[in-house]
Amino acid sequence: MAPLSNDDFKDMQGLLRFGYGKLTQACFLLLRIDESASASRWLGQAPVTTAETQNPPPSRALQIAITAQGLKKLRVPEEVINAFSPEFISGMTGEDNRSRRLGDVGANSPDQWLWGQQSSVPDIVVLLYEQSSLHEWKNTIESQVESSGFALLRTLVTTNMGGVEPFGFVDGVSNPAVDWERRRDSSGDKLSYGNLSMLGEFVLGYPNEYGRYTTRPILENSTADLPNAEDAPAKKDLGRNGTYLVMRQLDQDVHGFWQFLNEQTGGDSDHAQKLAELFVGRRMSGESLPPQSNEPIEGVGPAADDIRRNQFTFDSDPQGVLCPFGSHIRRANPRNIDLPSDTPRGALGRLSRILALNRVLSKDPAPLHFDRVASTRFHRLIRRGREYGPPLTQDQRKAAPIPNEPASGLHFICLNANIGRQFEFIQGSWLQSTTFDGLRDEDDPLVGIRQTAAGCPASRFSLPTDAGLRQQIHNIPRFVTVRGGAYFFLPGIRALRYIARVGTSS
Amino acid sequence: MTPQANIMIVASIAPSHENELRSLLASMTSQPGTYDPTNALVPFHEIDTLHFARFVILEDATRDDLLAYGDPIAASGKSLALLCDFDGEVDRFIGDLVSIAGVGLVRIFSNCVSPPTVANLTSWLHAHNARASASYVNWIGRTLVQVHEEELLYQALGKRIEATDLSGSSPRQVWDALHRFVEQEQTAGRITLTPEPPTPLSWRIKNILHCIGIPLLLLLFLPLILLYLPFFLIQLRIHEKTDPVIAPRPRADHNHDLARIEDHLVTNQFSAYGNLKPGSFRRWTIATVFLAIDYTARHVFNRGFLARVVTIQFARWVFLDDHKRAFFASNYDGSLEAYMGDFINKVAWGLNVVFSNGLGYPKTDWLIANGAKDELTFKDYLRRHQLPTQVWYNATPNLTACDKERNARIRSGLEQPWMSDRALQQWIGLF
Repeated sequence: MAPLSNDDFKDMQGLLRFGYGKLTQACFLLLRIDESASASRWLGQAPVTTAETQNPPPSRALQIAITAQGLKKLRVPEEVINAFSPEFISGMTGEDNRSRRLGDVGANSPDQWLWGQQSSVPDIVVLLYEQSSLHEWKNTIESQVESSGFALLRTLVTTNMGGVEPFGFVDGVSNPAVDWERRRDSSGDKLSYGNLSMLGEFVLGYPNEYGRYTTRPILENSTADLPNAEDAPAKKDLGRNGTYLVMRQLDQDVHGFWQFLNEQTGGDSDHAQKLAELFVGRRMSGESLPPQSNEPIEGVGPAADDIRRNQFTFDSDPQGVLCPFGSHIRRANPRNIDLPSDTPRGALGRLSRILALNRVLSKDPAPLHFDRVASTRFHRLIRRGREYGPPLTQDQRKAAPIPNEPASGLHFICLNANIGRQFEFIQGSWLQSTTFDGLRDEDDPLVGIRQTAAGCPASRFSLPTDAGLRQQIHNIPRFVTVRGGAYFFLPGIRALRYIARVGTSS
Repeated sequence: MTPQANIMIVASIAPSHENELRSLLASMTSQPGTYDPTNALVPFHEIDTLHFARFVILEDATRDDLLAYGDPIAASGKSLALLCDFDGEVDRFIGDLVSIAGVGLVRIFSNCVSPPTVANLTSWLHAHNARASASYVNWIGRTLVQVHEEELLYQALGKRIEATDLSGSSPRQVWDALHRFVEQEQTAGRITLTPEPPTPLSWRIKNILHCIGIPLLLLLFLPLILLYLPFFLIQLRIHEKTDPVIAPRPRADHNHDLARIEDHLVTNQFSAYGNLKPGSFRRWTIATVFLAIDYTARHVFNRGFLARVVTIQFARWVFLDDHKRAFFASNYDGSLEAYMGDFINKVAWGLNVVFSNGLGYPKTDWLIANGAKDELTFKDYLRRHQLPTQVWYNATPNLTACDKERNARIRSGLEQPWMSDRALQQWIGLF
């Protein structure tokens, strides 16, 4: 496949390619469309930043994403909307089943949310990133949209915490590498862990890890100014160069987190930090707990930081002693746990692997958690979240909150081409699952909801030890509470202009 | 060892009674689709050999697909099916079912064409039992009584460990302490661990004959099979190149009906129903495939894993409607997305071999390649053929196959007279 052309980068919103880490100021405007013709006119000329490389890099960036409800209000025909993914159409809060799977029940249930519940799903989100003068720019954009047929539902402000999330851990250290060069061959079983993902996992209109094009709206007999569909060149592709953007507002109980760890460790500060690091599966500085592996991993590096933090697998920790089986990073990206290490190579090895022949022929039963995790490479995300709340020092985190301290947390943002297989799967089947990797009665120590469907407790965390019983931590409180969320479509530039034209012409 | 068996009672629904039947079935549930133990009709939970059961209305929503072959649309009748997965033999189970739930069953099936009476219920059930062509049991011989007892053991040990300071104890010291504790509890009657009953002789003989007989038959017919193989492959390729793929995205309301009954527990149910591709070629192919699955499920994959899939507790395939349609039912751990993902990523070849004989399945090559690898088409295909289960009973709603296996290993370790240091270390790691 030819590498992505600059025309395609020009047609893509920049957030897909860049995290805008240098633009440390950001805020997100949640908008409702009240008057679709004038809203469409604004969308038709909004200064959206593209994924082209610029020299010097831009000092500000604006991105736009639209919910299914927003597309309806912009008068996008129903049959076009219906060709988007079912999860997007239904929305994050559209079905009880989805809420159950995502853990949006109890204290996390949408009826407790600040925004995004069924009656307050935004139509549009405008994401603003700035180097130094966000405030004025935000005011300009806000007054622009408010005079263009939008109502401002809420402005989500963020805080630059210097690359550290509110609990105090260095954040955003691991993202999949995207195969922009389009050199990756998705065919066949992959027998080793790699961090490089097919472009189509994150951008619609390109082959995904199955070598297929994810379903998206394709327009027949259209002369619109839209990219052609790569798999049907005579047709226009409304999805191409766009993707789905998932947004969740996650309040973090920073003081509760450290207070709990403090109680568990009898007030020993070093010990509390070690335990926190075992919960997460990384050091607070971002380093991995298992040692760096000697062999390079495709898609990790060449930056030294990346190699130090991400060139590792769980082969070096088969008992989960260094990085517990239930830790946050094992759940969020199990790396190579889905690749049984006993598999011989070659054609026979392949056959043995798919038939589980080694297991059949082996006299000893395999360890209980052997091969219990789904194939990792189909469940990856690009994360683009930003923190909010007061920036605290470690001492402040450990102390009681000051009176009226504003909430801290993460505006979690991720990009993926298949919400069901990527975001929802990771959230539901890995992070919130009490049965992940053969575990029992425990969910993610960091973001778990501590409540399961079957009514069994999910509030413990087990730490395997070298010899002897696992250490069990019981009655872990909930540290993260969902306060809002929605599924958006982050369109390509031409798709955005097309949607805007539909709204103005009808 | 007590082997497992299953029944699937199928009866045509009297059209005028469908609504009444649906409301009767709904009265058996608490949350949507999930069995309510206080229901007035069938107390499944009183049968201590019954692992899973379901009532499902069989309704073919894909009848029109036959038009793609120029065949007439199949009849639109609906049937009620009762499926049970249990320990022991069919006769004995039906006896238990009739004595515990006879009246309720008669009331439910009274909405069917030629319904049973209280007097003839046993023979009626036998006569309406559709035998599975292939069955899978996660662990052959693990009875429900065993599962319950071992779960209580696990809970008791967990509490004991929490209450006792065993940190710093060697694995052998921990084992000694827990072993003593369990012996005391057994003496006091607070823990029961029923010894494994002997395997029925008739089952053992049948099983050995089946184990040897099928390969012998295969060997006997090998020359014929080899002679036919090239023709089979040619026919297969012709079919694969021309069979239409029919997998439109399922309707949103259909998806919703299915989703509302899912993910209430750590385990889920799956029922799918659909037409086979017309013609004797596909029919014979799938019959052979079922034979192979049944054989491997009985003799090879009977210890916790079906190839690389470890989440299926019970599953079966049944021919229905004069072999024109097939029904698939399973009880699996985790979400549907995870289940389908495992199908596609770990055993796509196995799925293809079976389901590619179903009408409209994504295009396969050489029976095993592609097919399910066409991820989204496959998921749409599966979801479109899935049926909502009206009542689903799960005797151990909070236990996965993995949990049951963990408990069994813990018990087995306790019952060993001696364990090596390595084995002890692994055993300790189970808690």
